[in-house]
Amino acid sequence: MAELIVISTLNGVLFGMLLFLLSSGLTVIFSMMGVLNFAHASFYMLGAFFGYQLTRWIGFWPALVIAPLLVGAVGMAVERYGLRNTHKHGHVAELLLTFGLAFAIEEIVSMIWGKSPVDYRVPAVLDFPAFTVFSTNYPAYKIFMLVVSVVIFIALLVTLKRTRVGLIVQAALTHPSMVGHLGHNVGRVFMLVFGVGSALAGLAGVIAGPSLVTQSDMAALLGPILFVVIVFGGLGSLPGAFIASLLIGLIQTFAVALNGSLASVFGPLDPSLGASPLTDIWNVTIAQIAPILPYLLLVLVLIFRPMGLLGTRES
Amino acid sequence: MTNAPTPSIAAAKQESGGALGFYGVWLLAAVALVVLPLIFSSGGSLTSFSLIGIAIIFALSYNILLGQTGLLSFGHAVQYGLGGFLAVHAMNAVASHNWPIPLPVIPLVGGIGGLAFALLVGWVMTKRAGTVFAMISLGIGELVASSSLILRSVFGGESGITTDRTSLMPMFGWTFGPQIQVYYLIAFWVLVSAIAMYALTRTPLGRICNAVRDNPERVEFIGYDPHVVRYLAYMFAGFFAGIAGGLTAINFEIANSAYLGATQSGFVLFSAFIGGTAYFFGPIIGAILVTYLQLGLTSVTSVWQLYFGIIFIGIVMFAPGGIAGILMKHRPLIRAGTLGTVIPSYLVAAIPTLAFALGIILTIETVARFSGGDPINLLGIPFVASAPTTWAAAAVLLVGGFLVARITWRGVAEAWDRAATVARDRGYLA
Repeated sequence: MAELIVISTLNGVLFGMLLFLLSSGLTVIFSMMGVLNFAHASFYMLGAFFGYQLTRWIGFWPALVIAPLLVGAVGMAVERYGLRNTHKHGHVAELLLTFGLAFAIEEIVSMIWGKSPVDYRVPAVLDFPAFTVFSTNYPAYKIFMLVVSVVIFIALLVTLKRTRVGLIVQAALTHPSMVGHLGHNVGRVFMLVFGVGSALAGLAGVIAGPSLVTQSDMAALLGPILFVVIVFGGLGSLPGAFIASLLIGLIQTFAVALNGSLASVFGPLDPSLGASPLTDIWNVTIAQIAPILPYLLLVLVLIFRPMGLLGTRES
Repeated sequence: MTNAPTPSIAAAKQESGGALGFYGVWLLAAVALVVLPLIFSSGGSLTSFSLIGIAIIFALSYNILLGQTGLLSFGHAVQYGLGGFLAVHAMNAVASHNWPIPLPVIPLVGGIGGLAFALLVGWVMTKRAGTVFAMISLGIGELVASSSLILRSVFGGESGITTDRTSLMPMFGWTFGPQIQVYYLIAFWVLVSAIAMYALTRTPLGRICNAVRDNPERVEFIGYDPHVVRYLAYMFAGFFAGIAGGLTAINFEIANSAYLGATQSGFVLFSAFIGGTAYFFGPIIGAILVTYLQLGLTSVTSVWQLYFGIIFIGIVMFAPGGIAGILMKHRPLIRAGTLGTVIPSYLVAAIPTLAFALGIILTIETVARFSGGDPINLLGIPFVASAPTTWAAAAVLLVGGFLVARITWRGVAEAWDRAATVARDRGYLA
């Protein structure tokens, strides 16, 4: 049991930090431009596939730098030539544009790399067990992922809180027109933030790719969870996104690891109702309901605290 | 089918067109629905017509939300799928108990299924409009789709639940075994649902839905609760989506968890938006086009979904009114008689635009078939995906088409401005 708790906590924090790499960009983009970027998870997927391809051509370490930059460039192009032109048609059109993009990117990726998982391996340098807890070997690559995401998290924090660029970005979050009046090019700030957000998503993809499955449906699987994270944390709140990322990371990981069901806990009390929805619920394991837990959380949050954990506004 | 959803235009049309034109459209639609299978009587076209009919109901029901009330839903397939499942269960129950209920009533059961779910979750969902509603609808959609795989006794797991439509009581000697009988069943429900949904847009509720879409704050000031209005709209949309789901269940004799999924929700959004959400007949055009492309493209190319994505992105960026919006934009010009001055510029712009589109197609197919596959057959010319000449042709079409098209569309804009000015002078354009 202690082993399960330690390993699951490590994995949960890791997954949570990965989620935060994505949700931080998404939530900053949302508070700045009012656009929920449906294609954000697609940038994560692009990162993974670019990482895979570049690793095959030039090795993992250059790919770790170049792939996120490429994804960031794609993101900036989307902002500059897509969203900025659609802005005049309103937020719904912008949301739909990113929805269409997410759809198209998934199709393009499966057209180029196929629908089955690609062979994106952990680099040989990091392919060893870092330490052994109880009887489980914990892979060094996961520690590397954790370190990268923590470093990015700190860098993001310092940039936002301690630098002039961060100051302008923060100001543009709440008062975009005032920042414009003060002589800053708000359009360029938007494009930059969109690019950095996409690059972070791409980086998450590059480092998550070897550890998780790199496949053309990875965006569709992660995207909805990402929305849960930022709605749960409070739309537009970075600390909220951080807490929600860790929380959902931990919940998901623990749920997958637990095998209990109502039947196993209250075994002798089996009502034996035959084949009915109640029997289904009676027999379902926690691991099986793990995929729906985030959405249950989302619905509960929206009913009881519509602004999310740390959010300040309702919509 | 008719072109007047917005109140001002609708009122104006009622005065000028009169009742004959109004009922004529519906009569024409009914005749078309009856006659179509007599002209195209092959099995394939019957199946296509059936699917298109269902898609029309589904897209129209979606437009109650998006077009009429301004609610962007990413989970509309939930009501559709649940309607389908309830219909399948109802059919099995009717068959096993030998109840005297004929098949044509079953879609109503599906509608009640969609309505019941909307009743249940709608109140919480419609508290807020906009992005929050979009997110909740996405969350609920994922929740139901994933739950359907857990509740195996109700949803039948991965394989779904099957039924037999012929095991129900025959009606007027029809067993609904042959596809033609199912087609007429679907056609009947298409007409009834379309009339009902059109009537809904003309009721005070329909009008207040438009008001909630345009300015919820003002609606509150005149004494309505936008939340209640959105809730009602959501229930109506759920009801008609359920009818579409019930018809699908009858058509395929199966309901599975794919009916509830994000793909289905995405396609109804595509249909409604590509057709145009601002006019009642928009989603009808969209449903016909999207279903037709879906059926037609699958045999031509393996990446047909990508073309949908591109068409959708193009519509969102360049014509957010959809096809219906483009068509209706020309109405004042036709009335003012200035359309003729625009057409030459269209013809000029059409050539490079077409070249650009062909460039996109050639590029996509080259990438898709690079590692093997049949040669690309474009306008009867075979292209081999691995040949550099193909790449060069694609690049020339793509870049050249784009650059020239940009210039010619500027010409279209100028011609359009001139025509619109004349139309404005003659009093046909506000």
